Amino acid sequence: MKKFWFLSVLIAGLFIWSCSSDNPEEVIPDDDGIPLIFDRGALLENWADNIILPAYESFQLQLEALSTSYAVFSEDRSTTNLEAFRSAWLSAYMAWQQVSLFEIGPTETAGLRLNINTYPTDVSLIGQFVATGDYDLSLPSNRDAKGFPALDYILNGLEADDTTLLTRFDDPNLLAYVQDVLDDMSSLTNTVVDEWQTSFRDAFVANDGSSVNASVDRFVNDYIFYYERFLRAGKMGIPAGVFSGTPEPQTVEAFYDAEISNMLFLEGLTTVQDFFNGRHFGSNETGESLASYLQFLDTTADGEALDVVINNQYELARTQVEALNPFLQEIEENVPVPTNLLLAYDEVQRIVPLIKVDMLSALNISVDFVDADGD
Amino acid sequence: MTSLKAYFNSYTEAAPLAVFRILFGLMMLWSIIRFWSYGWIDKLYIQPQFHFSYFGFEWVKPLGIYTYIIFAICGLSAILVAIGYRYRLAIVLFFLSFTYIELMDKTTYLNHYYFISILSFLLLFLPANAYFSLDAKRNPKTAFQYIPKWNIDAIKLLLGIVYFYAGLAKLNSDWLGRAMPLKIWLPSKFDIPLIGNFMGAEWVHYAFSWGGTLYDLSIPFLLLWSRTRTFAFVLVVIFHVLTRVLFPIGMFPYIMIVSALIFFGNGFHKKVLGFLAKILKLNISIFDNGKQKPVKLNVGNQFSQGIIVAFFAMQLLLPWRYMLYPGELFWTEQGYRFSWRVMLMEKAGYAQFKVVDPHTGKWFYVDNTKFLTRFQEKQMAFQPDFILEYAHFLDRYYQKTAQIENPEVYVECYVALNGRRSRPYIDSTIDLSKEKENFKTKNWILPFHDTIKGI
Repeated sequence: MKKFWFLSVLIAGLFIWSCSSDNPEEVIPDDDGIPLIFDRGALLENWADNIILPAYESFQLQLEALSTSYAVFSEDRSTTNLEAFRSAWLSAYMAWQQVSLFEIGPTETAGLRLNINTYPTDVSLIGQFVATGDYDLSLPSNRDAKGFPALDYILNGLEADDTTLLTRFDDPNLLAYVQDVLDDMSSLTNTVVDEWQTSFRDAFVANDGSSVNASVDRFVNDYIFYYERFLRAGKMGIPAGVFSGTPEPQTVEAFYDAEISNMLFLEGLTTVQDFFNGRHFGSNETGESLASYLQFLDTTADGEALDVVINNQYELARTQVEALNPFLQEIEENVPVPTNLLLAYDEVQRIVPLIKVDMLSALNISVDFVDADGD
Repeated sequence: MTSLKAYFNSYTEAAPLAVFRILFGLMMLWSIIRFWSYGWIDKLYIQPQFHFSYFGFEWVKPLGIYTYIIFAICGLSAILVAIGYRYRLAIVLFFLSFTYIELMDKTTYLNHYYFISILSFLLLFLPANAYFSLDAKRNPKTAFQYIPKWNIDAIKLLLGIVYFYAGLAKLNSDWLGRAMPLKIWLPSKFDIPLIGNFMGAEWVHYAFSWGGTLYDLSIPFLLLWSRTRTFAFVLVVIFHVLTRVLFPIGMFPYIMIVSALIFFGNGFHKKVLGFLAKILKLNISIFDNGKQKPVKLNVGNQFSQGIIVAFFAMQLLLPWRYMLYPGELFWTEQGYRFSWRVMLMEKAGYAQFKVVDPHTGKWFYVDNTKFLTRFQEKQMAFQPDFILEYAHFLDRYYQKTAQIENPEVYVECYVALNGRRSRPYIDSTIDLSKEKENFKTKNWILPFHDTIKGI
């Protein structure tokens, strides 16, 4: 009898061997015609072509519009033109929330996120740069004196009213500084988008395997990293004081126009959720996604599909945050404990174990940089 | 009793043990070089600012930059073991340095490292330098062509325990009944040549689960029986090559394949050594002196025999210690390690620690990346003893740096096991800074709310 088991195991092994196709691209369906293997190539194509590239192109357009409106303002420094520049800044800042997530490949190399949106901005450094006209914005040490947060300070924090602000712009150094900040943002973004379009898109889609270096594995890690560190902690947790014990109001995003902090957060949250569902940029159409991957794997433990559980939690978090006053107001009006902000944060936090433990586990994606033997 | 006595007085050729010694030394040397070249010494032992210790071995810590010296000693002693030069000293050094390395941080615990440690411990008591060694060549008085048969059988027994217990551990409802965790792991191996396309098929998950169990349970016997030995060895090669292709398990497959050669007869090993002698231009006949290693009935010998008996008794009993603990073993992991439970779980966790100042009520969450590497954080998040040790570390840290007197440390922890939805893992109302580490049941682990039947 013993021998018979082994014979059958061996025969099964030989069977696998002999039936194997030489062409790894070919997906073998099971009896029902449903493919056995999730098509990661199609997933990556959807990510790159329908989400990431269109989002970058939209951001690029918004930056161009921002530069144009600044050019107009520089020529004719009227209140109307200042208003227009400010609203272009807000549109571009919103568009930024739709791409901040995609820090991989050329974007990662350029460190786009840190260069475009490091906050709180360093007010005294900006003051010093404007006064002396002597600065090099490409230096990593100057990241907190440029990007959207620096523009936020100049537009909304430098002076209490627009009339005074307009007189400040008589200073050619300030005019030049804002121009340099805008140029820095544009040139970095153009380099990154150009590289995505010309080469990285293809490399990203072609790397459709499964290993720590495969596109899906890498990007899912980046996705979680963005969610945990920049969305959850950066935009909400740190200002709310959950990592320090005391609220840190000066660390909210867009501190000088703090009415919009929540909006920026929610735009980021929408981006993250839309990405999870493979929703095409600027459309209601959806394609292959983490959600469809989970559906394919049929992860329905405890009766409820994991992708549904995750979506529900995203919705719950959104509802809670939408009900809040601006973060800064929540902090300043509820001393010492901004209870509602913390309760909303809890819902934002609850997504982390779902995507970091359940989703990673189901997709069998290992946590980044853990490169050691297992047994 | 007489047959047992007769067995312990029976002799066999020393060649198999010599071949084993050479291959073991070379594999260990390769392992150390590989580990070093990947930069893992720095990454796993020097960079982290905090290390997870085994209970009772808190004093074993990496030595900063001098950690490299331990690895150097380990590698050099592996060479000495391979060539059989000052073998006793070499194997003692190897055992101590290797075990020290493993004890430095339990984050890196692997069954196969434990296997190396206990195998080298066993080798301390075996005359592996009696034949085809520099020791035997330099000092013919210590050279013996024949050694007690049990010397070789002891290694076979240890290998048999490893396989058989690994097989027993697979006799559970997750592995056999749900094909877990292979059902999670295999589909992501779609890009492996030839067999990749089948890795998504459910029957493959079951075939691998059942095949693996049958393999583990029967391979020691198939290797022992001369009529099935060659076939069994082919299975050993196929099995371990397959695991190597499918999973990132480093050197373990090679070590097991090479170790299984010990089951082959004297003729085979003499051929191997003859071949080796030809390459090294050695006259192998100088070792064939026809001498038997005498068994001295002195205190020292009896003492070491006692140790070997105790050693095997421990090997046989230790894996069952989990029965002393309530709850599901896979969930609580009380008594999980050192038991040949290999690749049984897809387990992941998330742990968020909360530090509270009891005097002001002020609290904050801990950013784990401030203290732990990603690897450490990953391992910590689903193992209760790690969670407790880290909580104690946080307690000390904030007492010292943040001037919080007797801080309270709580954890909100979620763990997912073998495809089940993540669930709260640790009682988040328990102040872990007040809980002690010991072998008693950790009653702050929350219940599993499911059952896994089996051993």
